[in-house]
Amino acid sequence: MIDFGRTDRSVVGRWWWTVDRWTLLVLLLTMAVGVFLIMAASPAVADRIGLESFHFVRRQILFLVPALLALFGMSLLPVLWVRRIAVVGFVLSLVLLVGTLIGGDSIKGARRWLDFGGFLLQPSEFAKPTFAVFAAWMLSQRVTQPGFPGYTFATVAAAILIGLLLLQPDVGMTLVVACVWVAQMFLAGIPLFVVAVIAAVGAVGAIGAYALFPHVAARIDRFLDPSSGDTFQIDASLNAFGNGGLFGTGPGEGIVKSILPDAHADFIFAVAGEELGLFASLAVVILFAFLVLRGLVRLLRESDLFVVLASAGILVQIGLQAVINMGVNVRLLPAKGMTLPFISYGGSSLLALAIGMGFVLALTRRRPGVATMNANRSVISRAQVTGVAGIPISQGGAS
Amino acid sequence: MTARDGQYDRRRGLRRFVQLEGVAKQALDTGHVRLIAVAAGFALCFLVIAGRLIGLTALAPRDDGANLPAEARQVHSARAEILDRQGVLLAGNVRAVSLFANPRKVMDAARAASQLAAVLPGLEQENVLRALSSDRGFVWVKRQLSPRQQDAVNRLGIPGLGFADEERRVYPLGRLAAHVVGFTGVDREGLTGIEKGRDDDLSAGRTTTLSIDVRVQHALRAELLASVEEFQAIGAAAIVMDVHSGEIVAMVSLPDFDPDAKDEVPADNLFNRATLGVYEMGSTFKAFNTAAALEFGLAGLTDTYDASKPLRVARFTINDDHAKNRWLTVAEIFQYSSNIGSARMALDLGPDRQRAFLKSLGLLDRPQIEIPEVSAPMVPSPWREISTMTVAYGHGIAVSPLQMATAYSIVVNGGLAVTPTLIARRPDEQNPSPRILSERTSQSMRELLSLVVEDGTGKQAKAKGYLVGGKTGTAEKAGAGGYRRNALLSSFVAAFPIDDPRYVVFVALDEPKGIKRTFNFATAGWTAAPAVSRVVSRIAPLLGVAPAPGPAAVPSDSLLVSVSKDR
Repeated sequence: MIDFGRTDRSVVGRWWWTVDRWTLLVLLLTMAVGVFLIMAASPAVADRIGLESFHFVRRQILFLVPALLALFGMSLLPVLWVRRIAVVGFVLSLVLLVGTLIGGDSIKGARRWLDFGGFLLQPSEFAKPTFAVFAAWMLSQRVTQPGFPGYTFATVAAAILIGLLLLQPDVGMTLVVACVWVAQMFLAGIPLFVVAVIAAVGAVGAIGAYALFPHVAARIDRFLDPSSGDTFQIDASLNAFGNGGLFGTGPGEGIVKSILPDAHADFIFAVAGEELGLFASLAVVILFAFLVLRGLVRLLRESDLFVVLASAGILVQIGLQAVINMGVNVRLLPAKGMTLPFISYGGSSLLALAIGMGFVLALTRRRPGVATMNANRSVISRAQVTGVAGIPISQGGAS
Repeated sequence: MTARDGQYDRRRGLRRFVQLEGVAKQALDTGHVRLIAVAAGFALCFLVIAGRLIGLTALAPRDDGANLPAEARQVHSARAEILDRQGVLLAGNVRAVSLFANPRKVMDAARAASQLAAVLPGLEQENVLRALSSDRGFVWVKRQLSPRQQDAVNRLGIPGLGFADEERRVYPLGRLAAHVVGFTGVDREGLTGIEKGRDDDLSAGRTTTLSIDVRVQHALRAELLASVEEFQAIGAAAIVMDVHSGEIVAMVSLPDFDPDAKDEVPADNLFNRATLGVYEMGSTFKAFNTAAALEFGLAGLTDTYDASKPLRVARFTINDDHAKNRWLTVAEIFQYSSNIGSARMALDLGPDRQRAFLKSLGLLDRPQIEIPEVSAPMVPSPWREISTMTVAYGHGIAVSPLQMATAYSIVVNGGLAVTPTLIARRPDEQNPSPRILSERTSQSMRELLSLVVEDGTGKQAKAKGYLVGGKTGTAEKAGAGGYRRNALLSSFVAAFPIDDPRYVVFVALDEPKGIKRTFNFATAGWTAAPAVSRVVSRIAPLLGVAPAPGPAAVPSDSLLVSVSKDR
């Protein structure tokens, strides 16, 4: 590893000593696992649809370059700039989402992509982390400025985003965004009975989705009663885990990838289970558990509500995607198209996730002078800190 | 603004600061507590997923077909192997996969059917479409695919298809012993040959070791093929039998088939001429006639019968092919294969004794053997006097080559009963056989058989270095409205070494055509006898039969001899 002296005051030097290097390491590891699994899973898919065998592998490695740059670049930002970039990004995402409805490419019955010279951009991926930061800003403002309608603004933003996602339609993304919004409202301190009301509304919404979208209804029917329809993908996925056993069939030796259309994306976890076995798939679970739980636990020491809400929102988003994807793969949840963060194939997804985790790394960097929960703090310094949300106090020196 | 006002504002501002700080602190504390709840929720989710993973893999048995439909599961059990007497594999198993479909899960049956038909040769698109369009939960699409075909099907990516592991029966030696070994159906149930006859044992996992010796089998088949080709015969049958144990060391029927490609085989190739075919054997039957006469003490070898002119009985006339037109001794009747003499001997014997004698040799009953393709003989009914005369020289009665080999074994082995078998007998398996004829009759018959080869119709059966005795048989095959002059069954039954026989060799050519070398003769002496000669020369060393001492066995102009002489 590159060695920076403790006294190195350069941007990168300061970054190295303040960023959470464990999270960074696990992120890089997860992305490496992703490339490895795509290498195993995608040639079968590529061959089947008439592409050159390593098409997806090449593309994924290519996507890694901007993703790593974004991860690193975002993690360098001060908190204020994270907020600014995220807010601009959120507005831009909303505009692009409207664009998908007008001029988007329809793939498999949904308008989710915009064609940028051969690269299909999926704006909803970018909307998720930027929404989390925007909502966190709104919710934290409520605390610092009495009377600021933070709940309302966050809810309106969530409603607009959810509305656009439902128009595509993209039920999976809707679910993730709704959960991020609820989690952030919950963390921001809404009364528990409101949480209960939201849960009730969510249940109604789920029933509504069941009633409104035939494909949602079909998938839930099939989950509840496998004999009611085609459970081919899930069956194949389950067989893959059984076939893999403890140590797997060996990289490249699996067969599930040759029969599942989305082996390199939504069902990549099944490929891991078959070819690398139980221990490797448990390792993948542990990677995500580490990423999410460590991120959340570290926030316990964080004193800036904006940082807590924004980071938690993004971690909930990533954790939820991982849980849903793996849950579908092992048939704990009904079939739902959801990528496994940092591992599934997909350029937009990878870049947006990198930006999101870049935000988290930037927000949770140890800021000299920012008191932690355990330290004694002076009232004045807290007032200065919270006067403008997110600005590190170090600028003027404490007290 | 007064100073007092300013002081008030400051105080209010400070109070606001403090108040705000309190709100923020409370919000943060709430947030932190709830953060723990969120983290705990995630931890629980990850634990459940990990637990489910362990349940799916470590706790669930590896895919041994348990998750396959019941129809696909039952083909899993192992079928035992079939070996030759030396342990060479004749029938074994290789892993294969079979393709099945759940039609309810196949989305586009028409497209799937056309894609499958394109990559799996021999698959009828309409049949597949009908199967895939049915409302069933399980249909076989194609059984026993090659790995390449499996890969091709996988690449189609059709949902609703699945593969079941099963074992495919393979016959590594192919045609070599195809009629003996037989073959199985697609569910590996025995259909023919040993596969059928020993189905219970094989499906229960008990290995079957045949009496067949693949080396002898190969030599016999190669020589028989050469003769079939040389004489343009429509078929042939041959058997090598151990005269003491009744073990069939080799058994060939031509034309034969490749059991691994049995679907494209014409029915005639599946027909086992050695056991299922029954033929009027002709003069080879005279051995039984002569043995009966000797056994019942009707005549000695030197007693004579009138063979000076054709024998007329009712509307029939019995002629001789190699007519001597004089009185012949019993030995000469056999040696020159006189029909007239044989018929006269049979008249002395009488129908009852003749039938009893033939029955004791197993020629009148369906033989017992471990394959299902066995015919009962066709015997005269009623058994008139004329029948007695024709049966004497092998006409009016049709038996299988298997019966001929068995009966000859009894005649030459010293007169003990023989039960033919295709299963290897253990060396210690000594069951006392009942005596059928006397040692003395058997000895006389060996001498007569030797005479035929030394100086009779079977001269071409001589094998250099080995003592062969045998008898020719040329029978016109019966067709519509009588016997067909040009359709012969030319056979030769030999025993070797004739001074103490160990093996009987039966060779029959079905409708051989005469060629220039044989002066257009297609009779047994010209066609079957040379084949026996070649067979004996090849198999005697394999069977551990030592060459006979005598000039024929010593290489006359060997270099080694002259060198050692020089010293």
